[in-house]
Amino acid sequence: MSADKPNTGAHGGGKKGGQAKRRTKTQTKKTGAAKAGAPAPKKSGQLLFEGADWNFDTIQRTYDAIEEIAQGELGLDLYPTRLEVITAEQMLDAYASVGMPVMYSHWSFGKRFAQQETLYRKGLQSLALEIVINANPSLCYIMEENTMATQATVIAHAAMGHNHFFKHNQTFKRWTDADSILEDLRYARRLVAECEEYHGQQAVERILDAAHALSAQGVDRDRRGDRPDLAAERRRRAQQRHAEREATDDLWLRTVPKPSGGQVREPEDEQLEAQRRALGLPEENLLYFLEAHAPLLENWQRDLLQMVRELAAYFEPQRQTKMMNEGCATWTHYQIMNRLRDKGQIDEGAMLEFLHLHAHVIAQPNFDDRGFSGMNPYALGFAMMQDIERICTEPTDEDKAWFPQIAGNGKPYQTLREAWAEFRDESFILQYLSPRLIRDLRLFKLRDDSAEDNYVVEAIHDDAGYKRLRRALSEAHDPVAAQPRIEVTEANLRGDRKLYLEHRVQDRRQLDAMETRRVLRHIAFLWGYDVQLSEVDADTGERIAVHNPKD
Amino acid sequence: MRIIDRRQNPKGKNLGNRQRFVSRTRTQLREALAENIRRRSVSDTSSGETVTIPTDGTHEPEFKRDHSIGQRSRVLPGNKEFREGDQIRRPPQGGGSGSNASEDGEGEDDFVFTLSRDEFLDLLFEDLRLPDMVKRELKSEEAAKPKRAGYATSGPQNRLNMVRTMRYSLARRAALGRPKPAAIEEIERELERLQAGEIQPADGRPAETRIAELKERLEHLKRKRSKVPYIDPYDLRYNRFEHVPQPIAQAVMFCLMDVSASMNQEMKELAKRFFMLLHLFLQRHYDSVHVVFIRHTNFASEVDEDTFFHGQQTGGTIVSSALKEMLRVVEERYPTSSWNIYVAQASDGDDVPGDVKHCAELLREHILPITQYMAYVEIDPGQRLRTGFVDSDESDLWRGYEPLSQEQDNFTMRRIGEPGDIYPVFHDLFRQRETTS
Repeated sequence: MSADKPNTGAHGGGKKGGQAKRRTKTQTKKTGAAKAGAPAPKKSGQLLFEGADWNFDTIQRTYDAIEEIAQGELGLDLYPTRLEVITAEQMLDAYASVGMPVMYSHWSFGKRFAQQETLYRKGLQSLALEIVINANPSLCYIMEENTMATQATVIAHAAMGHNHFFKHNQTFKRWTDADSILEDLRYARRLVAECEEYHGQQAVERILDAAHALSAQGVDRDRRGDRPDLAAERRRRAQQRHAEREATDDLWLRTVPKPSGGQVREPEDEQLEAQRRALGLPEENLLYFLEAHAPLLENWQRDLLQMVRELAAYFEPQRQTKMMNEGCATWTHYQIMNRLRDKGQIDEGAMLEFLHLHAHVIAQPNFDDRGFSGMNPYALGFAMMQDIERICTEPTDEDKAWFPQIAGNGKPYQTLREAWAEFRDESFILQYLSPRLIRDLRLFKLRDDSAEDNYVVEAIHDDAGYKRLRRALSEAHDPVAAQPRIEVTEANLRGDRKLYLEHRVQDRRQLDAMETRRVLRHIAFLWGYDVQLSEVDADTGERIAVHNPKD
Repeated sequence: MRIIDRRQNPKGKNLGNRQRFVSRTRTQLREALAENIRRRSVSDTSSGETVTIPTDGTHEPEFKRDHSIGQRSRVLPGNKEFREGDQIRRPPQGGGSGSNASEDGEGEDDFVFTLSRDEFLDLLFEDLRLPDMVKRELKSEEAAKPKRAGYATSGPQNRLNMVRTMRYSLARRAALGRPKPAAIEEIERELERLQAGEIQPADGRPAETRIAELKERLEHLKRKRSKVPYIDPYDLRYNRFEHVPQPIAQAVMFCLMDVSASMNQEMKELAKRFFMLLHLFLQRHYDSVHVVFIRHTNFASEVDEDTFFHGQQTGGTIVSSALKEMLRVVEERYPTSSWNIYVAQASDGDDVPGDVKHCAELLREHILPITQYMAYVEIDPGQRLRTGFVDSDESDLWRGYEPLSQEQDNFTMRRIGEPGDIYPVFHDLFRQRETTS
């Protein structure tokens, strides 16, 4: 088989469907002729493939048939796709670099690789069947070990389901730019390589270690992710520089007329206030704050911080829509595979294999089962999509009361597509989780308070509990809420230059002291001076604990 | 849609990252290795090494909540009998074992991963080298290895270097302006069409003039093409090899051990680890390493590894018997002209008083002159501090060998008291010495 098998298929979005259809037709004809003597298939269609083995023709043929269903029958709208066949070893490689085809060098990727490799070699963990990358054209890696039935499932799942979701979901649209992600990654790799060349690997690793520790705090959550616009970014920086000058320039402070009329304020307060304003405090994006204001960093170090911050933003929508995204893809592959079977394009063997795989993917162990590890996003997502479809087509009275907008509207696909486009996990659950599904999953809410001896069951699947369960599950799927909220509250730029951080403690959930100290050491390194983090009760304003990097 | 086969792409994309990781954990790895080698058999060196290291240097911290305090709520599936307001006993290990903990507490206590054999040995024998490799090099003219040494303009056909040759050919053809077949074809085609009257010259000249002109040009190009060959003997390049003399790439290692009753199992274990390290180390430097095990009480015999370490035998102690046995084996199977000989002797230091002198003599006269290196380790769990039982804190053998270690470069002796000593002692024996080079 040739190493690189370019295909004559068109890449432009518009022409694609037509060409694909035409090719499918001719190819089905060919298969038909070749198998004239074989027993006639049950339905009208011809088998796309038989047996477990695949080759590039069967994949092409299957892809075309799947795409036809996805676009024609389910109404999905896709980025053009590039399927790349890789080996298990390459899959491990991809794991280590967080699934990305290009990544900069850092020891932590080596660590991840070693971990994954060990798990894999010991047989404790099987590899993902596919990885799909939110780029345009969409990149979809499929493993050579997969059987043809698996390849078909994977194509339906990733190249159709995820692909459509990436292209239409608002969160992705706002946070990421599918056209430029590969270019950004290449830039990152180049930047790191260049910095290492000039400043040494150790110096660069030091910065990257620190930046990685803060990458979860490098995302502008409150702004709910406007895509980082480079021009705006530059303007913002210029403004910041200007403001910084103002803040530190004594002359300016003394000569510019003070806005406050009657009130006489202490000059020191005045200065602090100006400084706070200039620094944009309080600031929750720690990485951005350090990048913009850490007094001792050199430009290349700021560039590295910015790079890590931008990559963190790239992964943010994945965190916020994990359940929906998987639900969408799982629902899509389930639809497509069933339709292929109905048309007689895949045989019973392939269908059985698919069902086995599918059942494995959407398994949701109960809380008291051995294999339980939280809600399975595939299971919940798939169940919700199925449920929405049901509400649209066969609503009960309960559904009509709960979902008057969509119940019985008879347009399940359109309804789903709209939901996929507009929501994040958290809001999607709040909007669409139905009492019926709550009952099916037998959800219950548990209060775990370290001050109490026992857990308390707060809500179960009954009339009193539905709304509370829905809200609680929604909160559990909000990565913003799951993350401790830490802000820079004060930075003394003139005196001892100490940096003050604050963690607003909800429900007495304090930070892990050891971890916090380690992260603070990284912050202190970037900031260049002392750092202190206070934990403050969000309700009472009482200070609970203080962490220092040197404890 | 495009399908691209990436399977042929180079693998090991993460090799660089892996090396960074290994170098970052170097110190911890070395400690873990020292631990690991305690459990190995002497000649088991084929496998890669699974090493467990603490995550200190490779831990990636992040702000996260302490899961043991505060209030949180969880939504779980699979309710069977609970009603609102029910209380459930907290499982004994506290609250951290729910969904949250397993999602973000990566369970990073210890980190297990497998080193390749080379990585393992690299780490193990960092800054160690074999002493006195020089001596045998001079004697080993027959062992020469071909080594790449650039390119030559002549050579046997099988060494023709296509890439180089074509590069020269291309450069020469470009420099001499060898006409491309396409250029000739084009003229031929134009000529044909002119002759057939299909086209007329663009500048309005009569067709005949143009035909004559083209014919002349065609003639010229063809002539030139035949004069400038595609590949000229001048272009040919051959891989060149030089024969570099190599030290004899095989070694035999003699493990001599006292197995008399005074050596207990613990002491044997210590000796075993030392032998094993030496074996690994030699394997790194030689293509093949033979190991000969000789055990002795009051008489010596060559045995296999298992008997060597585990066999029971009692009797007195005559160390010289082992030395003689070793000399016999050398005589019989390992001519010194083609073998590098290493000797490691382990003993608790006891010997029949009259024999010590004999041993020292054997070493000086017969053994040390033919060996590359000999190490004597005295296994001594009590470090000779067993109060007054022995009059001095030195054993008979130690006292007898000590002057030798002063006068002979290739003989060293060390004491090993506990497993922790072995690696340092080994390291000390073989550390790179400036004096040898």
